[in-house]
Amino acid sequence: MTLSKLAARTYGALIYGFLYLPILILVIFSFNDSKLNAVWTGFTFKWYGSLWQNANVLHAAKITLIVAFASTLLSVIFGILVAVGMYRYKFKGKSVLDGMLNVPLVLPEIVMGISLLAFFSMMKLPLGIATLIIAHVTFSIPYVIVVIRARLQGFDKSVEEAAMDLGANEWKTFRLITLPIIQPAIIASALLAFTISIDDVIVSFFVAGPGSTTLPLQIFSMVRFGVTPEINALSTIMLAATLFVVILSELLQKKQT
Amino acid sequence: MLVFLFVPLVLVLFVSFMSRGVYGGIDYTFTLDNYKRFFDSLYFMMFLESILVAFITTFACVIFGYPFAYLIARSPVKYRTILMFLVIIPFWTNSLIRTYSWIVLLRTEGVINSLFLHYHWISQPLNLLYNNGAVLIGLIYTLFPFMVLPLYASIEKLDISLLEAASDLGAKGWQTFIKVTLPLTMPGVVAGSILVFIPTMGLFFIPDLLGGAKTMMIGNLIKNQFLTARDWPFGSALSIILIVATMLMIAGYFKFSGGKKEDLELI
Repeated sequence: MTLSKLAARTYGALIYGFLYLPILILVIFSFNDSKLNAVWTGFTFKWYGSLWQNANVLHAAKITLIVAFASTLLSVIFGILVAVGMYRYKFKGKSVLDGMLNVPLVLPEIVMGISLLAFFSMMKLPLGIATLIIAHVTFSIPYVIVVIRARLQGFDKSVEEAAMDLGANEWKTFRLITLPIIQPAIIASALLAFTISIDDVIVSFFVAGPGSTTLPLQIFSMVRFGVTPEINALSTIMLAATLFVVILSELLQKKQT
Repeated sequence: MLVFLFVPLVLVLFVSFMSRGVYGGIDYTFTLDNYKRFFDSLYFMMFLESILVAFITTFACVIFGYPFAYLIARSPVKYRTILMFLVIIPFWTNSLIRTYSWIVLLRTEGVINSLFLHYHWISQPLNLLYNNGAVLIGLIYTLFPFMVLPLYASIEKLDISLLEAASDLGAKGWQTFIKVTLPLTMPGVVAGSILVFIPTMGLFFIPDLLGGAKTMMIGNLIKNQFLTARDWPFGSALSIILIVATMLMIAGYFKFSGGKKEDLELI
């Protein structure tokens, strides 16, 4: 019994090692003084300093944040409307719509990328921030809807009916009853949409214009020109940002349960 | 949102039947050449190879992921959340960054080679990067959490009393696993496999960065048709083939495993 327990623990430790070792080494070497060698030569912050001076990186960071905030806001608003609408009303073609909402979850991302590219070019929309935002909203919405609907399912409809009986109109009921009830789900889905947007590579690759490179795309082009500690530093910052958002959303979710 | 999802898809279907213009644009004359070109040429082999790579990746993720998910799901409740959280972190981290971290490890001047040379375990740097093995490691590494999450969800839900009943009735550990545990957790296996299989075909940057020029998967081919060769009709045809193949495979998997559509909601 103890032997198998030991084996199980070792196996678990090995898998965690496999998951974390590459990331850990990346982070460690972002503080390494040497530019060329993978051997540790001393601690430094200079790669973070040079990032701060890199105009391309700063521009990409700006684009990334604009797109992430805008697409999160839009996908949460549309997501709430769709989720509440589907929860409250029965209409023709509801089950078809239901199935369609799942399509982006199983569609290869590259296909979504090229189809949006083809679409934008036919519509003569120039590639840039606007196309990035539209694309990000398209792939975030299904996730937002899934999260909000999960919350709505556990919620007693009679509360809404009671509010209406007491004289609240539809909008008032929505604002004072429905919205506060689904609020945790809204926050969770917003954080989800935000991280998906910041981390997306494939779809952004196709719909970003020459002047609207996002941070992951910036990393992609930097890696192709060679591996430098600057990329390690930039990757470390992005890891930290994602980690921050993930922990925040976990804490918020724990608070409500 | 539906407009931005389905109109573009229909458009791609439409473009896939057009011809390529002289300067790389789209010539609006109907043709089946794009599909013919795919089926009687090297591209078809490349497509089969991509599917093979996707299968190997999925299989490796199941084999390594199942015991791992089982371990977490059966660990004491107070550790479970934290152990699972440790799996979620890589799940949410940028896949490109995680791919890049393997370059740091594997390249000629990379961490592994430097260490080995330093301790004189090897006299020349090993060629670890730019081969199919590196691509496979990158794919498995990137997609592993996508397998573990649904597996964990379905194993955790499993009622232990069923396993006890099986052993009371005289089943050995192995028999219990094959006859009870595995069938009951099949929804997790299906969901995980789909979540791993589909992205494998599209993650073009992993073969690009870890495979060098040697490895080409269907994702890279599609990307090149759109951005380098500017042959949109052919690229569109490839995408349609990819969609059809994925849908067929999902349908086949559901049929084979007896899973239901609701299983996907585990995600």
